[in-house]
Order: sequence, then C-alpha cells, then structure tokens
Amino acid sequence: MNTPVDIATESITLRIDDKDVSCRKGETVLQVARENGIDIPTLCYMEGLTVWGGCRLCMVEIAGSPKLQAACATVCTEGMIISTQSPRLENYRRMIVELLFAERNHVCSVCVSNGHCELQTMAVKLGIDHVRFAYRFPHLEVDNSHDRMRMDHNRCILCTRCVRVCAEIEGAHTKDIKGRGVLAAIIHDLDQNWGESSTCTSCGKCVNICPTGALTHRGTAVGEMTKKTTFLPYLTLMREAQP
Amino acid sequence: MNKTITIEGVTRIEGHARITIELDESGKVSDAHFHVTQFRGFEKFVQGRPLTEMPGIMARICGICPVSHLMASAKACDDLLAVDIPPTANKLRRIMNLAQIVQSHALSFFHLSSPDLLFGMDGDPASRNIFGLIRDHPEFARDGILLRKFGQDIIALLGEKKIHPAWVVPGGVNAPLTAQHRDLILAEIPAALSRAARALEYFHTVRDRYPAEVDAFANFPTLFAGLISPAGLIEHYDGALRFVDENAAPVADLTDPHQYPSMIGEAVEKHSYLKSPYFRPRGYPEGIYRVGPLARIILAERCGTPRADAELGIFRTRLGRSPQSSFHYHWARLIEILYGIEMIQRLLEYPDILNTHVRSRARPNRFEGVGISEAPRGTLIHHYRIDENARMVWANLIIATGNNNLAMNRGVLQVAQRFVDGTHLEEGMLNRVEAVIRCFDPCLSCSTHALGQMPLCIELRNSTGELCDVLQRD
Repeated sequence: MNTPVDIATESITLRIDDKDVSCRKGETVLQVARENGIDIPTLCYMEGLTVWGGCRLCMVEIAGSPKLQAACATVCTEGMIISTQSPRLENYRRMIVELLFAERNHVCSVCVSNGHCELQTMAVKLGIDHVRFAYRFPHLEVDNSHDRMRMDHNRCILCTRCVRVCAEIEGAHTKDIKGRGVLAAIIHDLDQNWGESSTCTSCGKCVNICPTGALTHRGTAVGEMTKKTTFLPYLTLMREAQP
Repeated sequence: MNKTITIEGVTRIEGHARITIELDESGKVSDAHFHVTQFRGFEKFVQGRPLTEMPGIMARICGICPVSHLMASAKACDDLLAVDIPPTANKLRRIMNLAQIVQSHALSFFHLSSPDLLFGMDGDPASRNIFGLIRDHPEFARDGILLRKFGQDIIALLGEKKIHPAWVVPGGVNAPLTAQHRDLILAEIPAALSRAARALEYFHTVRDRYPAEVDAFANFPTLFAGLISPAGLIEHYDGALRFVDENAAPVADLTDPHQYPSMIGEAVEKHSYLKSPYFRPRGYPEGIYRVGPLARIILAERCGTPRADAELGIFRTRLGRSPQSSFHYHWARLIEILYGIEMIQRLLEYPDILNTHVRSRARPNRFEGVGISEAPRGTLIHHYRIDENARMVWANLIIATGNNNLAMNRGVLQVAQRFVDGTHLEEGMLNRVEAVIRCFDPCLSCSTHALGQMPLCIELRNSTGELCDVLQRD
C-alpha cells in the first residue's frame, strides 16, 4: 500500500503562461504543463523513457534566469514563473526544426512516413514553409539488412528514442550512438549491419517509437508507415507495478 | 555566309530546351536541332534507396503524367518481387492509367494545341491561347476543362490525390475501390463520352484547314512502336511491345521486357541531354521510330470499344492505315480519349472490381526488373537493378518523349525547311516550329505552353555572331 502523501509539504505551486498550477515535488515543467493542458513541443521526449533533453524544442523561459531551460529536464520549484510561448522561443524552435531538415535528407514527399511523421507535423505546427539554411545533403546509407525492419539514416534526427527504448524497455541495448556532432549516427551492436546484430530481438519497439521515417517496417511504400506509440506507457506502468 | 537561328527558351519536360536552325549561304535551312538542356538525374539519385520507394520517387519525374511513371515503376518492382498482382489490382491500375491518359490528352489537345487549330497558325498570339478559346469557343473550352477534370477526379477517387498519388505500390495497389467511388465514376461516364464526341465533331470541322502543316509536320516514314494486346487491340498497360514499319506491318514483337536492349539502343547526342533511342536492328539513326497515340492507333488492329472503333474507322477511311504525318497525333489523341472513357466504364463493370484483395506481398526475388507501360506520350520503360538488401544500385529510364527525340529533331528540320525563310523572321514561322513539337505533346508543352505561349526568342545571326534579326515573344 502506498504511503499517504503530505500534500502541504510535498506539493509545489508555480505559474506557467499566467496560469497558477500545482504539482508534486520532483515533477518536471513539461509534465506539469501537459497535465494542465499547456502544449510544449518535443521530439526526443517520450513518456516512459528516461529524459534525454537533446532536441531542445521544449525550451522555456523561467523568470529570473537569463538562460532558456529544457522543460523536459527542469524540475519544478516553488514559485517558478514560466513562459512556454514567446517570439524568442518561437524563433529558436523554428530554427531548430529547420536545422534538422537541413542536416540530412528528409524529402517528405517520397518518405514512407509522409503524413504520419512527428518532424513533419512539427514543421507544419511551427509554420515552417521553407528552410533558411543550406542543406548539407550528406551521403548516408539505408540499412535494409534486417529481415523485417529498415534504418534510413537520411531521416534520422538523433532523438535517441530508439536507443532508450531498446536499452530501457526491451533490455537489449542493440542500438547506440557513434560519433559526435554532425557525424553522430545510430549504430547496432559494434557498428554492424542491423541484420547481423546478435542482440536485436526484432521486437520492433524502436520502429514504433521513431518519430520520423528513419526506422520503418520493410516493404512499406510512400506514406504507408504508421507508428503505434501508445504501448509504451502501459509497458512502463506494468514494470513499475511489479514488486 | 552561314547563319544560325537559335530558339532559346523552348522548355522541355518540366524544363528547358532550345532549337537551333542553321542556314546556308543562300539563307536556306541546312540543319536543325532540338536541344533539351536540362539534366534531371533521377537514375543517379535513386541509387541506394529501397525498391519499395521507387514508384513514389519516380512519379516525381512529372507533374502532368505521374501516373504513367507510377505504372512503369510499379511494374518493374512487381518484376523484382516476381509476383503476379491480383486481377482486381490489375484492373484498378488500368483504370488509373486510362484516367491519366484521358486527362493528359485533354490538356494537350484542348489547352495547348486547339488554339492553333481554331485560330490558325498565323492567328494573333494575344488570343491564340486558352483564354481566347474560352472567349470565342466557350462550350469547346468547357468540354476540355471538364474532360481533364473527369480524368483527374478518377485519379483522386482511387488514389486520394490528383497528382502523385501513393496508391500504386509494388505488388498492386494499397487500397481497394469502394462501391461509392465506383458509382461516382460511372455516373460521370455519359457526360464524358458526350464531351469527347463533341470534341471530335469540332475537330472534323477544322482538320482539313491545314494541308501544308499535314504535309510538313514531321511527315516522313518511320517505324512506330507501342504496346499491343495479344488480340491485337490497343493497349496501355501490358502486352507485347510491337514495332511496325511505315505500312503498319509488324517488324518485331518484344514479349520479354528484359530483352528491350536488344530492340532499343540509346544514342547520346552532344547537343542534348535527352537520349535518342533507336530501333537497334536498323542501327542509328536509321532506326528512328515514333511512339504515342498515333503509333498506338497505327499498330493496333482496332481499339476494342464500339465508339472508339467507329472513329478509328473514319480515321482510316480518311487517312489510310498508316498516315505518316505527325499532325495526325491530334486526331489519334481524341480517339484515345474516347477509348479511355469507354474502357474505364467496362473495367468498372467487372464483378470483381470491388474485391479487397488488391496487393500481393513478397520479398524481392530477382535482382533485375523491367516495367513497360504506355504513357500518354508513348512507351515508357523503367529498368532497375537492386542489391541483396533490396536497395537500388542502378536504374535506366526510357521516357516516352525520349522515344520521339529523333522524330522531333527531323520534324523541326522539316518544318523549318518548309516555313523558315532565312532572310526575315515571322511570327507564323515561330509558331509552326513550336507546333510541330506540340504534335508530339512532349512534356515541354505541358510545362511551358499552358497559356498558349512559349517564351520564345528566335535570333538570326551571321557567322561572325552579328545579330541580323530577332523575334521575341514573352
């Protein structure tokens, strides 16, 4: 049986976008905002996985701090005054998504995830109708060696959701990251072809959790790849419920 | 003193082209070339992509006839999977392909070419366009626009989008036809047939006005090529690729698509990015052949649908079995519109058309695949090679317009010799050079001539580069 919570000492009150809200100690700004119907955009965050804080789309302004903070990785404190929307934040978010598009070869129109892609949806939401930065057009491989799944590095945004779900939920830790900066890339085992991995259980969680067309089922054609992400909170909940 | 006339800004398949006409010392035309100056690079940049993406990527070659590339690409992919697609999927693909042919032909005939025919080759360019057509021949223009809409609506009902639908996939199509959508299409058939019939009536009133153009618009004997059904009927989706001579006598049948390189050679000319395919057994450039509606009409015994066959009868009574002037592409195009509408109706009335099994699933089972289909402009070939992980390693495309490249070049020369006088330039001459290209309906007319005006500039220079005369049309 759970220990009764002392609401007076365990709860925190704060203000997000001029709305007074309260939460329990330890909750992050992102969690509290979403519980209160305040939308903060994210790409790398996924409920049920550890926080990565890599995409920087959830940056918010906190009164008294000149620095922007990642809402997913910032724990609420008493009396915080937070802004989730401002011209400055919109500008940064837009720039971040534009840079994601410029970094690799996404080409939405012929992507298997066209119409079902979080990156694409985010771009639409942020009103991105063009990219102001020069595209890098890197030469990247499609790893089609797995029997059922495909890794297209051209469409990877390095959110590491796949790395985390593989390590934390499936427990296989087949995927990881190599390199730094623009040279960073998702790898399997010791940077082998996915199909040669001895640790991959072919569970497919990475495919379903990938926000873009980077991880897909083999044999899908343009626009056919839809992802099912609702499984994750249930898996996490069941795991936590076990003694 | 030799002179060269350059027509700069004739744009091609979504791109750019140039025509040069060379004059000898007496001002007579000695040679002419149709230069396609744009490079697309599809065969290169698809390398490394999974084969299942090919139809979607290849459809982007064209915004007017994406369905044609979808068909040829999907057929090449079916070949790589080594599957027979479900019979219903075959019929559904055929319906979309015919809808594409109807809408593209309507665009070519009504929007692009009919202003020349109705207002005359020497007509005022200010009104010789679709707007002039709407003003002076509103019923005719409306028929054209609605026929195009008929085809586009079918594509959208089947594939959710009018342009670049993702519905055609390796192994079939990704969604069956609903009874509601079938009935919507069937309800439009009678009106579409009436419009096509009215267009033909209209065409019969003007077709005899242009004897000089009939005589000089790429009017020379060549081979013709196109798909043909086993029963000798006109065919746009499958069947053998037949070559016939100038008398419509069969020269060769290609039944195995993989063997196309034995029939078709691809020459490269320094003056153009567009390849010059030729019938290999006859060599280059003697192996010149033409494709497209006129070729299909010539090589088929008959269409196989009543109204189209009746019109084909009139065509053959009037022009013979194998008319060689490319001017007759226009008539052939109208016959194909009629055929397309009738055939769509026939296919929709098959009892299994609503069957939900419309996709065969398989892994790649071959390393090489070839798909051949008929685009509105003619025979289209997609040829792919993949690696053991189903990624593209090589592609070769023979685009419908490319098949006509040699004939278009010769057509430009012929029309220039007939109409161009090197001592001065006239608007009508400029338009006839365009109009001969327009007969073939290469994509350049689609992309640049939508208002009846290609932004053309003809310059006449002498051998020292001095500008002698210029004729500009923006």
